Amino acid sequence: MSTISPTTQAISDSALDKPRTGTWDGGNEPFNASYGKLMMWFFLLSDAFTFAAFLTTYGLIRHRYQPYTGSPEAFEFSTAYWPIPEKVFNSFPGLHGVDLPLAFVALMTMILIFSSVTMVLAVEAGQRFDKKDVQKWLLWTILFGVVFVSCQAWEWSHFITGTDEGTLMNDGTRFFGANLAMNQYGPVLFADLFFFITGFHGTHVFSGICLLIYCFIATTNGTFEKRGHYEMVEKIGLYWHFVDLVWVFVFTFFYLV
Amino acid sequence: MPAHPGEIPKPNTAWIWKTFWIITAITALEFLIAFVMPASTLRNSIFIILTIFKAFFIVAEFMHLKHETKGLIWTILIPMGLLIWLLVALITEGNAIHEAIF
Repeated sequence: MSTISPTTQAISDSALDKPRTGTWDGGNEPFNASYGKLMMWFFLLSDAFTFAAFLTTYGLIRHRYQPYTGSPEAFEFSTAYWPIPEKVFNSFPGLHGVDLPLAFVALMTMILIFSSVTMVLAVEAGQRFDKKDVQKWLLWTILFGVVFVSCQAWEWSHFITGTDEGTLMNDGTRFFGANLAMNQYGPVLFADLFFFITGFHGTHVFSGICLLIYCFIATTNGTFEKRGHYEMVEKIGLYWHFVDLVWVFVFTFFYLV
Repeated sequence: MPAHPGEIPKPNTAWIWKTFWIITAITALEFLIAFVMPASTLRNSIFIILTIFKAFFIVAEFMHLKHETKGLIWTILIPMGLLIWLLVALITEGNAIHEAIF
């Protein structure tokens, strides 16, 4: 038997030059995910905190104000209580004066969910190295993303312009629409939160579209094919699904509850 | 790289469409509830539970988290779980401010 312990022997055999194989000594990837994907997950986690802070703030502010207790039919805009969303968001482009509660936001939700589906299809095509399919599904995702942002632009302009009647304010004048200091729908903070939450989400969608356009150009140029993998599509896909995920929560907490 | 260069495997998309229909069905159900049920704490609880269901399908299937390692799953879920505490704490705070004012 040798008097030298196995470890010492290993070092004398220049073990430092051998690749490490243990789970936590740097020998492999414990999460079995690439650096880029892992960092995307952690970025999304931090982004989720930001959105959670926004939505939690909405919850706090909403509970701080008086709730509207009457029947939905008798609802009128007032700064005395928090408005009910189905009375604020009840218009549809091209159908002026028709009361369609939440119809437009339902359409927007479906557009974004569908863009998430086309995004997974692009990721799936990338795993099969099907360049044509990746291009096709990326283009559909970009299209739905652009449609969603355009819908949001319409929603904002309608919210800012206001209804035909406006709201009678305390000083006897009528106020139409909304800005950061005054609005016809309810307490000042209602419009502020609307602008900040949907605006921050819309900015995310916009960034997502830019990333998707980059992805489409790189796919077309064959960059990912040469690289040997379509991981970039997967990483941008993670971001895009996250944006969809946030909208699911915004939809519930801002429009339904 | 693909196993056989030049040959593209057939798409496997059934699970994607299945997930899509589940999410669509939950959204449709939420709308139905928004119109047939008067606003109440119960209705809000149903909305929140359905939203978490939807979030589960997006994160688990579309973002593929269900198929990642356990370590990664918990790394993402535990910090998110703490947000529930934040939400409960701040809504309680909002109620306290409300009672102090009105």
